[in-house]
Amino acid sequence: MTQLQARGVVKAYGRTPALRGVTLDVAEGEIVAVTGPSGCGKSTLLHCMAGILRPDAGEVTWRDQRIDLLSEGARSRLRRTEFGVLFQFGQLVAELTAAENVALPLLLAGTGRREARTAALNWLEWLGVADVADTRPGEMSGGQQQRCATARALVTEPRVLFADEPTGALDTLTGEQVLTTLVRLAREQRTSIVLVTHEPRIAAYADREVVLRDGKIDQTGLGLDVSLAGGQR
Amino acid sequence: MAGVSTPHVLLGLLATGSKHGYELKRAHDERLPRARPLAFGQVYATLGRLHRDGLVATAGHDRDGGPERTAFALTGDGRAALDRWLSTIEPPMPYVTSTLFAKVVVALLVADVDRARSYLIEQRRAHTARLRELTAVKTDPSASLDDLLAADFAVAHLDADLRWLHTTLDRVADWHREVHS
Repeated sequence: MTQLQARGVVKAYGRTPALRGVTLDVAEGEIVAVTGPSGCGKSTLLHCMAGILRPDAGEVTWRDQRIDLLSEGARSRLRRTEFGVLFQFGQLVAELTAAENVALPLLLAGTGRREARTAALNWLEWLGVADVADTRPGEMSGGQQQRCATARALVTEPRVLFADEPTGALDTLTGEQVLTTLVRLAREQRTSIVLVTHEPRIAAYADREVVLRDGKIDQTGLGLDVSLAGGQR
Repeated sequence: MAGVSTPHVLLGLLATGSKHGYELKRAHDERLPRARPLAFGQVYATLGRLHRDGLVATAGHDRDGGPERTAFALTGDGRAALDRWLSTIEPPMPYVTSTLFAKVVVALLVADVDRARSYLIEQRRAHTARLRELTAVKTDPSASLDDLLAADFAVAHLDADLRWLHTTLDRVADWHREVHS
């Protein structure tokens, strides 16, 4: 069942067009890879679908609700509850420990301190970094930081995870471990994932790949729609 | 890339302890999953040659409810041959030989740009489908480390092929113009 839809989304930065009418559906539990060369608009599409950017034209719908029409505050709430966002560099708060970073979205949403810490520790353990729970980002490896950022993106148990080059700063093995974790999560909890990447190897983790070129979905045959056997669509 | 040296692989498997032909075949399939299938006949023929050359020796016979089976063990010469093989560095791609590469070049020579591009796109589709199959192996919670190593190897090579196919797609028009000018 389609949960998230972009319909004819247009976005420009000044006079520079980034998206020229992109339509994309994401089903519950589906992992969609958005690929394409640098500057093709894939990150802009992710930002529009996650409610971070408002499109200039077109619609973004989440469970029949037009999120492009919501106020900044309402979109921000949506990102704290239904959506999780993960970037190439974890963007952890340097002054906070790993557990405090992961608990932060829950605390902002009004969860009690003890409950938030318990949830944070559970997610850190699930991602294999419980041992750095009381460590600050500056003392962690890049892989540990990204796993903490992944835990922070998942701690609110979002229905959609938006991941923009989530393994770009990691070595191959660590990156694969993070991706494998995300795929298992999508399968077990039916979390949808919108995964932006320029690497075929990373896109192969998705159920479906959409190729953007010059702000449009590529229709030349490079845009594949290959369902993974056993994938949940 | 040179073919796999089955005699050396079998010597390596025997280095962990003596085995019958059947056990060797099973150990091969377990340790090298997704390798080209190794026929029983090939195992026994290779063992025969290794025995003739003194690299393996018989290590007893048994009859476990069926025909008599001969176990083989590595000899000192066999261990030395194995060590030599393991310490010999493989030449990294001494020749650019690949059916994929040759076919793309020929497609560009004999076809127009659109046809060559169509071929590249279809090949990319097949590569991507295989890449996804192997990636699914890697994310399967029941995958063994043997499965992961084999899938890692294949994924890395498919990924390299895909990058090359992408680059070539972008070069098709220029290349065709140069060849046919």
